[in-house]
Amino acid sequence: MSELLSQFRLARLPDEAEAFRSDVKAFLRAEMPPAPADVRSRSWMGFSAEFSKKMAERGWVGLTLPREYGGAQLDAFSRFVLVEELLVSGAPVSAHWIADRQSGPLILKYGSEAQRRAYLPKICAAQAFFCIGMSEPNSGSDLASVGTRATKVAQGWRLSGRKIWTTNAPHCHYMIALVRTSGTAEDRHRGLSQFIVDLSLPGVTVRPIHDLAGDAHFSEVFFDDVLLTDDALIGNEGSGWEQVTAELAFERSGPERIYSSIILLDHWIACLRRSADGEAHQETIGRLAVHLATLRNMSITVTSQLVRGASPIVEAALVKDIGTEFEQSIPAIIESAIAGDPDVDIDPDLYRTVAYLSHISPTFSLRGGTREILRGMIARGLGLR
Amino acid sequence: MFAEALEDILKDVSAPAAVRSIEAGQSPALLWAAIADAGFLELLASEENGGAGLALPDLYPVLTMLGAHAVPVPFAQTAAARVLLTPDQVPTGMLTFAPVVRRLANGSISCPLVPFGLIADHVLAQEEDRLYLLPAKDAVCEPTGVHGSLTATLSWRGDSGVAAAAAPGVIATFGAAIHSALIAGGMQRVFGMTLQYANDRAQFGKSIGKFQAIQHQISVAAEHVAASSIAAESAFQGVGPVPELLAAAIAKSRTSEAVPLVASIAHAVHGAIGVTEEYDLQLYTRRLHEWRMSHGAESYWNRVVGRAVIASDTSLVSDFVRTACASRPAFA
Ligand SMILES: Cc1cc2nc3c(=O)[nH]c(=O)nc-3n(C[C@H](O)[C@H](O)[C@H](O)COP(=O)(O)OP(=O)(O)OC[C@H]3O[C@@H](n4cnc5c(N)ncnc54)[C@H](O)[C@@H]3O)c2cc1C
Repeated sequence: MSELLSQFRLARLPDEAEAFRSDVKAFLRAEMPPAPADVRSRSWMGFSAEFSKKMAERGWVGLTLPREYGGAQLDAFSRFVLVEELLVSGAPVSAHWIADRQSGPLILKYGSEAQRRAYLPKICAAQAFFCIGMSEPNSGSDLASVGTRATKVAQGWRLSGRKIWTTNAPHCHYMIALVRTSGTAEDRHRGLSQFIVDLSLPGVTVRPIHDLAGDAHFSEVFFDDVLLTDDALIGNEGSGWEQVTAELAFERSGPERIYSSIILLDHWIACLRRSADGEAHQETIGRLAVHLATLRNMSITVTSQLVRGASPIVEAALVKDIGTEFEQSIPAIIESAIAGDPDVDIDPDLYRTVAYLSHISPTFSLRGGTREILRGMIARGLGLR
Repeated sequence: MFAEALEDILKDVSAPAAVRSIEAGQSPALLWAAIADAGFLELLASEENGGAGLALPDLYPVLTMLGAHAVPVPFAQTAAARVLLTPDQVPTGMLTFAPVVRRLANGSISCPLVPFGLIADHVLAQEEDRLYLLPAKDAVCEPTGVHGSLTATLSWRGDSGVAAAAAPGVIATFGAAIHSALIAGGMQRVFGMTLQYANDRAQFGKSIGKFQAIQHQISVAAEHVAASSIAAESAFQGVGPVPELLAAAIAKSRTSEAVPLVASIAHAVHGAIGVTEEYDLQLYTRRLHEWRMSHGAESYWNRVVGRAVIASDTSLVSDFVRTACASRPAFA
């Protein structure tokens, strides 16, 4: 069997992580703002600085960061549990989500000591929200072709260019941007660097973009001769590609990639229990539970590799691709199931939720890298390229 | 440890040529003797009964090995019977499990589509809380007529079997779990062959694995093989001697659903050579389809799981999948 597939052996969440789960559930019972299913199904797109602050008071933002920087210093298994419980309840977590998941760990790994002291405590206190500045209008899947450029000047760097699809940019304090610091787009991976950009600096403009569901989660961000000080560079100049690749393993490895439609599934099951209509759909429900159980085990396996200190880039891509297929299948299946008989009334909240998820589900296999790009990565991991 | 030792034996005695000859009607006696003489039949028997007392998690790699070698004898079932029968009830020879028992009006018993029904010496069948050990020599045996298959329907006039007590559903659960592991092992082999072939076979001046359309198909197959492996492994996690019902249900469903997809991608990548008698791929893909249907396909087990989800008192399906399989022993 291939090296890659032999990584997929069952791993277990340790008992401490399971014990932590009951704390999280109790917190959510007390603090989760009440909302109908279609609102909760926004899950990690739902923004509430107040909710993030409450989590931070518990020490649950920057959960895996070291204590000396304000973190809880728990392992990725505990984070898996926290993330899982937040997602299945549909908590509005997007304010701190990206900083907790990838910006914080990135600064810890590649940042200078001064940068760690400057940003990590603020992340853990839910006072610094981050966004991801990778995509550009002409650099989507072909990320190495980014054209936004930082030029060395006397006081630091001058940044010019434009990012797009930046989730949450209007609410964020900082962006970690992948930009070109030397060479041209033809140089591909060479000459790319990452900067921490303070979005309040002169020359930064953020323009929200509305999506087909009526929300404005992502944005365009323009940089017009933005002056950055030297300490905005994170890691080494020219190491941007290597850093961004490691960051993407964090982005792709979490349970986000299996739970995007879970509020809908739970709501449907609740409706079926009330209507005693369950028998007709038990095979469908069973199949979805079977897939969820398996994907969850796959995701825990990837988490266990993170805990071991590995960077499971290809494993995370594999779980993300099959996970997003599951997430996308749920609204498609439920649309057909609940409209299978026009004589049976559809719960109005269920109707809105399935509509929202059907509309937005194409994004599940785009955000964080498209299906086609991930399959190419898996093929490379299998030695085909 | 046991898996490696068994593999050393299987490499010789269950090589593709041996599998082909047994499928063609040759006696499996040599192959069976090699496994039995090495003591493998007693893997699951308790240590006080002279067995290895193997725990379920350690059984999993042994069973995938059987799948990966297309082993054409009911070794898994014979070994598993050691935890269902007392030592004095255990017969000598090859034993297999009947997926179901039908009691006909005239009192006779019929067991449709018994895996290895053509060659087994005994069939262990379950009716509610009774196990029946039925001697194959007394049965009317009807082959399925499927090319190369050892599955058969067996019928007995009257109660010709010895009975023992057992918790309801044990055979179905154990049979499903065993077949999920066979599928996982068979799929891993099929996947390995496909990957190798994609690198070796050249068309248009390069290996076909360099074409993106082929890469994507193989990547999708890899995802389903990984999912099936983890699902099958999770059926073998309990501390008891027998897999748990919901874990086995999930395992059999997930692996069975992946069968047509993985098998069809493997054949697509192989082109015409894959369906030839002389090429080994077909030894595995024919079995994958048979195993998918043995002891119930995903359509059956999904209903079992779905019924449990709807009946459960959790409002979150994530809680169900986390706790249902982990903490509910099927047979106390
Ligand atoms: C909801 C959402 C949130 C996002 N948030 C962020 C964010 O916060 N920060 C950020 O930087 N980006 C973000 N993105 C952008 C996301 O990463 C990109 O959409 C993605 O990388 C694809 O780029 P593209 O949209 O330009 O599509 P393109 O790259 O133009 O691709 C279009 C199609 O062509 C296919 N394709 C392209 N190249 C190949 C190839 N070599 N082989 C086969 N097929 C190919 C793609 O798979 C796709 O199907 C977000 C996207 C969405 C939908």
